[in-house]
Amino acid sequence: MTRAIRLELNGTEVAAVAEGGENLLSLLRGRLGDTSPKAGCLQGTCGACTVLVDGEPVVACLMLAEAVDGRRVTTVRGLADGPRLHPLQEAFMDGFAAQCGFCTPGMLMAAKALLDREPQPTREQVIEAIAGNVCRCTGYTPIVDAILEAARRMAGRRGRVEG
Amino acid sequence: MPLEVRTTSTLSEAASLLQAERTARFLAGGTLLMRAVNEGDVSFSTIVRTTDPAFGRMRAAGGRIELGAGVTMAQILASRELAFLHPVARAVGGPAVRTMATVGGNLFAAHPYGDFATALLALDARLQLASGFGVREMALEEFLQARERGPRQLVTAVSFERPSDPTAFRFRKMTRTHPKGAAVVTIAALVPASGGRVSAARVALGAMAAQPIRARAIERALEGRPLTAEGVAAAVAAAAREGDPPTDALASAWYRRRVVGVVLRRLLLGEV
Repeated sequence: MTRAIRLELNGTEVAAVAEGGENLLSLLRGRLGDTSPKAGCLQGTCGACTVLVDGEPVVACLMLAEAVDGRRVTTVRGLADGPRLHPLQEAFMDGFAAQCGFCTPGMLMAAKALLDREPQPTREQVIEAIAGNVCRCTGYTPIVDAILEAARRMAGRRGRVEG
Repeated sequence: MPLEVRTTSTLSEAASLLQAERTARFLAGGTLLMRAVNEGDVSFSTIVRTTDPAFGRMRAAGGRIELGAGVTMAQILASRELAFLHPVARAVGGPAVRTMATVGGNLFAAHPYGDFATALLALDARLQLASGFGVREMALEEFLQARERGPRQLVTAVSFERPSDPTAFRFRKMTRTHPKGAAVVTIAALVPASGGRVSAARVALGAMAAQPIRARAIERALEGRPLTAEGVAAAVAAAAREGDPPTDALASAWYRRRVVGVVLRRLLLGEV
């Protein structure tokens, strides 16, 4: 049994047909051609498929696709502003916060959810925010550093705009 | 094989569907059921879900707290009135799982999961259950004992008394990975003290049996004792005799029996 749904994907209205019991990750990757969220464990354990639904982080592999009908989905593909990378992406690049890169999309979205809520997080808050994201290269220290660096850069830009 | 998804606007409709169709399963947050779908579980062919606003409603202001079964761990973490439950909600998954995982779903989480259920057991929670015939109440402890073979009913809400002294409620989860991991042992305790002595303690253990259990020997050993190293010694000794701990990839039954008393002592004495 299929169901027609509409959602806002990275700022664009899209229509899709979800198969009965299909998960959001499969809908994004297989039907909407957005392969930026990664399929890791399909158990909600690794966090590689983390996306935002109405601004909140979810593991797309465990979300029923049709449950996002009428909602706003943001993936890492929607993070950059045209050719301009998001400060998180820049900080990850500058700080070599990716080794194999498979966990990076999920890390970026988990970090985005944190910075949207808490623009000046502590190191502990960053560690807690990516607690559900596994990096099997074990490069956690540069990842945490990069998120803190992105927060600093974003605060600097806001300061310049306001000043 | 594609599944049939039935979305109902009311909880009672959902309960009727579940009762009528033996191959139907209820979807709340999805962290358990969608995992089963992904793993190719063919024991069900229909998913029932609901958009009933009552399912996600919280009444947290008064002395009697009521949580709709669809309330998520993230909702609990966002409630200042439920600050005493924040360590419990934070013990469940990472942030992306907490956005989805529900209070009701946690009651069905198989070993080694079910940390929130363990806390609710220490709080003497009662459940509201809906079936095709109406609504009834049941103690969580009774529900957990019959979880695997119970009748097909839908948990719609849980309720419990707010601890009059928030420091009387204690929670600790021992994991092998930090800050997130599945439980080696989880302990939730309500240890109200009058005149420096524990009175009417309720202690619940997670990951020490197939489902969260009340630890009555620990409770008896605490009665009338002060929360000092000497006062808790009998309870700590009793801990090793509680439950029937499973052996799994995280810990052996032997290890769980050895360590549960250590975790209990640290919890009761407030040690790191």
